[in-house]
Amino acid sequence: MTQDTHYNFAYLDEQTKRMIRRALLKAMAIPGYQVPFASREMPMPYGWGTGGVQVSAACLTPSDTLKVIDQGADDTTNAVSIRKFFEKTAQVATTESTRAASLIQTRHRIPEEPLREGQILVYQVPIPEPLRFLEPRETETRKMHALQDYGLMHVKLYEDIARHGNIATSYAYPVKVQGRYVMDPSPIPKFDNPKLRMAAIQLFGAGREQRIYAIPPYTDVVSLDFEDHPFEPSKANHACSLCGADHTYLDEVIVDDRGGRMFVCSDTDYCATRQATGAAPAQTATSQPQEAQP
Amino acid sequence: MTPLFSVRDLRKTYGGRIGCTDVSFDLYPGEVMGIVGESGSGKSTLLNCLAGHLAPDAGQVFYDTRHSGMLDTLRMAEPERRMLGRTDWAFVHQNARDGLRMSVSAGGNVGERLMAVGARHYGQIRAAATDWLGRVEIDAGRIDDRPSAFSGGMQQRLQIARNLVTGPRLVFMDEPTGGLDVSVQARLLDLLRGLVRDMGLSAIIVTHDLAVVRLLADRLMVMKGGHVVESGLTDQVLDDPQHGYTQLLVSSVLQA
Ligand SMILES: Nc1ncnc2c1ncn2[C@@H]1O[C@H](COP(=O)(O)OP(=O)(O)O)[C@@H](O)[C@H]1O
Ligand SMILES: [Mg+2]
Repeated sequence: MTQDTHYNFAYLDEQTKRMIRRALLKAMAIPGYQVPFASREMPMPYGWGTGGVQVSAACLTPSDTLKVIDQGADDTTNAVSIRKFFEKTAQVATTESTRAASLIQTRHRIPEEPLREGQILVYQVPIPEPLRFLEPRETETRKMHALQDYGLMHVKLYEDIARHGNIATSYAYPVKVQGRYVMDPSPIPKFDNPKLRMAAIQLFGAGREQRIYAIPPYTDVVSLDFEDHPFEPSKANHACSLCGADHTYLDEVIVDDRGGRMFVCSDTDYCATRQATGAAPAQTATSQPQEAQP
Repeated sequence: MTPLFSVRDLRKTYGGRIGCTDVSFDLYPGEVMGIVGESGSGKSTLLNCLAGHLAPDAGQVFYDTRHSGMLDTLRMAEPERRMLGRTDWAFVHQNARDGLRMSVSAGGNVGERLMAVGARHYGQIRAAATDWLGRVEIDAGRIDDRPSAFSGGMQQRLQIARNLVTGPRLVFMDEPTGGLDVSVQARLLDLLRGLVRDMGLSAIIVTHDLAVVRLLADRLMVMKGGHVVESGLTDQVLDDPQHGYTQLLVSSVLQA
């Protein structure tokens, strides 16, 4: 096995990886519970996913195949730099294919292609505490979690409806995990929330906040709501202009300077795979915005 | 009749200094008790120990729970005490900001306790909030405004609504009219008196203002230096004070 002698495998030293793995095991044992861990300085700024990077580093083995996405795309600066980081420090194979990957690090999306057993999805998390919005004191939020004292989470949703007429929260939509812990699924669109119950392992890393949490395979994940305002995983009322998919999360792209727009899959690998297998839009046309994605 | 609330030999010290000590009393359903005394006499310490916000050094605080009868609330598991604190008990702070969520709308403030005990129907929560705003004389049109846009008197009334929405049986109040203009105080006292009567509330009201207890309290405890120096029916204590300190307290009011 050839290794760059300047780095330990996957950058982190073995002690640190062991510490992170212990936190990961604890997180898997208590789904949705935020486990504190001693986050390390990484050679990239916070906000670039240092939490996710540390979790990935602790999970990667030389035989893994890594995919990194940012907002569904493999080619953004953030995704490219993290992929390069692991190519250099762990020499793992990388891919843009969701199917081919054994470990996927993501920011802001869950891939459209259903994940399978044996795969690991690692999320980059900016703010792990879902109750922070209304209760800034950590001593208090910890107690709320311990006592399952979650009325405050509904106060937030109440405020949404009072102000906007419906639950306007469209990212980082709070969920209850296995009937116990309320959890922030990181800023994925609520469209992705139903996919949180999946066959793969989901790991969440918050670097600046020094928290790790997890959703084991097939764990129940319920999006919070009111009886008379049920959770709705909304998306733009369009089909993808490139592959014709009407069941995917879409990005709105401005195509000219006269306000023309089109909607395309945010998951670029999914869209490209569909196009490669002959999928095409029903009719090619740009459209004026109807119901913009929030 | 059995007491609703029964306190025995309560003591709280800060380091070596006495906060309050040797406090025992019974409170019966529907009864309002005033705790008076000068600043630093231990009123807030006692009230916070009674309400479970401070852990006393010694003593018992029994409450006649709906499900299991008399229980020592100091020995309850925390979730149980917390549930009590948001269902059957209420706490009105002197400073409304301590008792409200300033970044949440008036409706959200009133609805919070309902959601905390499991209400999950937005329309019903909002209807209850609207109803309670009316009962504390806040225009229903203000339901989506934040308390920071309210006057001091309105904030205090909102705090009261937020506390009473779950239909508590026992209300703790710490100087509920303190810091308000005199005319605003009078209106708030009227409102409180009406609510106490209509809901058959039991209450413990801390104040340094004898006019407040004269209007609201059936019974009085007079505190000095952390001790209860005199207690009895309000009119009796105020009209015929026995303890020298109470005499001083009453006469200074008469002079004022
Ligand atoms: N957190 C504290 N730490 C130390 N001493 C305190 C604290 N709170 C109150 N005390 C002291 O306890 C006594 C009673 O105070 P307090 O209960 O606030 O009286 P009151 O409400 O009647 O003004 C005072 O001597 C006060 O200085
Ligand atoms: Mg006080």
